[in-house]
Amino acid sequence: MSLTARDIAEITRLLEESTFDELELELNGMKIHLRRSGAQGSATQTQAAQTGAAKDPAAAAPPSRAPAAAAKVAAASVPAASPDSLIEVRAPLLGTFYRAPKPGAPPFVEVGAQVEPDSIVGIIEVMKLMNTVRAGTRGVVREIRARDGVLVEYGETLLLVDPREPR
Amino acid sequence: MSLRRVLIANRGEIAARIAHTCSRLGIETVLAASEADRDSLPARLVTRTLCIGPAQAAASYLNPALMVQAALGSGCDAVHPGYGFLSERAGFARLCEEYDLIFIGPTPAQLEATGDKLRARALAAEAGVPVAPGGAATSREAAHELARRIGFPLLIKAVGGGGGRGMRLVGQWSELDAALELAAAEAGAAFSDARVYLERFVTRARHVEVQILGDGAGKVVQLGERDCSVQRRYQKLIEETPAPGLPDSLRAQIHAAALRLADRLQYRGAGTVEFLVDAASREFHFLEVNARIQVEHPVTEQVSGVDIVAAQLAVAGGEGLGALPVRNAGCAIECRVNAEDPARDFAPSPGVIGQAHWPRGDGIRVDTHIESGARVPPFYDSLLGKIVAHGPDRASALARLRAAVADTRIVGVSTNLPLHAAVLADAEFAAGGVDTGYLGRFLARVPAPGANDGALRHG
Repeated sequence: MSLTARDIAEITRLLEESTFDELELELNGMKIHLRRSGAQGSATQTQAAQTGAAKDPAAAAPPSRAPAAAAKVAAASVPAASPDSLIEVRAPLLGTFYRAPKPGAPPFVEVGAQVEPDSIVGIIEVMKLMNTVRAGTRGVVREIRARDGVLVEYGETLLLVDPREPR
Repeated sequence: MSLRRVLIANRGEIAARIAHTCSRLGIETVLAASEADRDSLPARLVTRTLCIGPAQAAASYLNPALMVQAALGSGCDAVHPGYGFLSERAGFARLCEEYDLIFIGPTPAQLEATGDKLRARALAAEAGVPVAPGGAATSREAAHELARRIGFPLLIKAVGGGGGRGMRLVGQWSELDAALELAAAEAGAAFSDARVYLERFVTRARHVEVQILGDGAGKVVQLGERDCSVQRRYQKLIEETPAPGLPDSLRAQIHAAALRLADRLQYRGAGTVEFLVDAASREFHFLEVNARIQVEHPVTEQVSGVDIVAAQLAVAGGEGLGALPVRNAGCAIECRVNAEDPARDFAPSPGVIGQAHWPRGDGIRVDTHIESGARVPPFYDSLLGKIVAHGPDRASALARLRAAVADTRIVGVSTNLPLHAAVLADAEFAAGGVDTGYLGRFLARVPAPGANDGALRHG
């Protein structure tokens, strides 16, 4: 199954009519991220998901899926290099991810921030127990994948860090 | 209020089993999977899979906080614990309740009562259920006094044990003191509870258990018995219903005893009351209550026509038991197919399944999470699947099961399939009504089926 432009228009319409602000859909190597942004209406972003094949049940036969999936989460909590040389900082445990020490406070890091291995990049709450997440690597934050207040899985990519020296 | 979305806090064939019934009933499912299981078959049967932690069960399937967090974070209204792992942990059931999650199982108080094997024994006695001579070994003097009354051989059992774990057979007086000390130390280490109790050992016994269901409000029913006497080191291998050759009056007494205990507990959900039946005297006594769905539940489903998982969901969802369409049709026999190596004393045999061919046909049901390419991780139990044959009578069920086992091919790991083939072909098993010592004697007579495959099938 693949998505046509009409499907995407339909999904966008559904989001607009709903009470939700954001929608993320991933299937067959496609990843759609829709976000409602006030007066500007909906912004649509579609990209081929790098991990789509490993995540989608029907996309590949079981034997080939095993190694792909293993590679994906092999180094949970230990930063892993992504194909474009960015380092993935992953969730060391399942829980609710928070970007800031408390509601309303500024986030631990923003895109562009310089981090050291022991820099705190977020908190993962498991049943009221707050676990700090550290960058585990030195570099510049390029992208923050995990959203504030949302459940993250064990091994899920939280943010991407560029380890190259800035020039 | 019926359930909308259920967290499956388990893995393997039972996770797949729960997902199937939920899907049939239109209930959404979230699988809480460890890293080792995120690409397993159950992960493809559910609405959503959450990776809750690394492969080691202590950091994933055995972590109550992670399970509750996963359920809350994914919008589940209930948690199905399956069997094993957290299924009989009163603390887990209580944690679920605290967070307004429905625990699909008995109440925390019921889990506490059945988990403490001495309390369960006392409750059984109060309900008029026969218990074996025995009692708590609170001191050396108490143990000696009990031993005089019970006689030898006797069993020392862990109060926090169960399911064949934490048991020690004592043959004579001279062994008693040392065995008591060892048993208490082992129980303390294994169950964080050093209390032990004594019970008379029945030399030739059959394991007969009764499936019960309760709505938690006083209504309890029983779905008949299962005979699980084919065991190796207290681990069940072949189960069937009805128990072959059991006199009808005895069968009725055992059913009634199970119902009395279920009633006394005001039992909620699915459970099993286990009994030992003395093969010689035909007396029976209470063993323990398993307060969860059991591995061998399919034989009861095939014969009774009741979907036990659906009944669990209905009770949990507040719909109660309703009018269960219980029938009593024919006979069903189940083989547990395990990844274990007969040539190495049935040691677990993890690995990658190159090819899995499961049988099909009239009266054949297979509950499994294993297909070609699946991995059998070394972290969990070795159950690959269950082959269940149903027929109008025992002979036809047995014939179907023999053919089904012969038609099963699992390539990539060693399995106990050759052992099953050999037992199903054995005259003593075919006659029916074997005791729990049967498989040990069979293995002494026909060593390590599978290690010498060809010769065995004809032996």
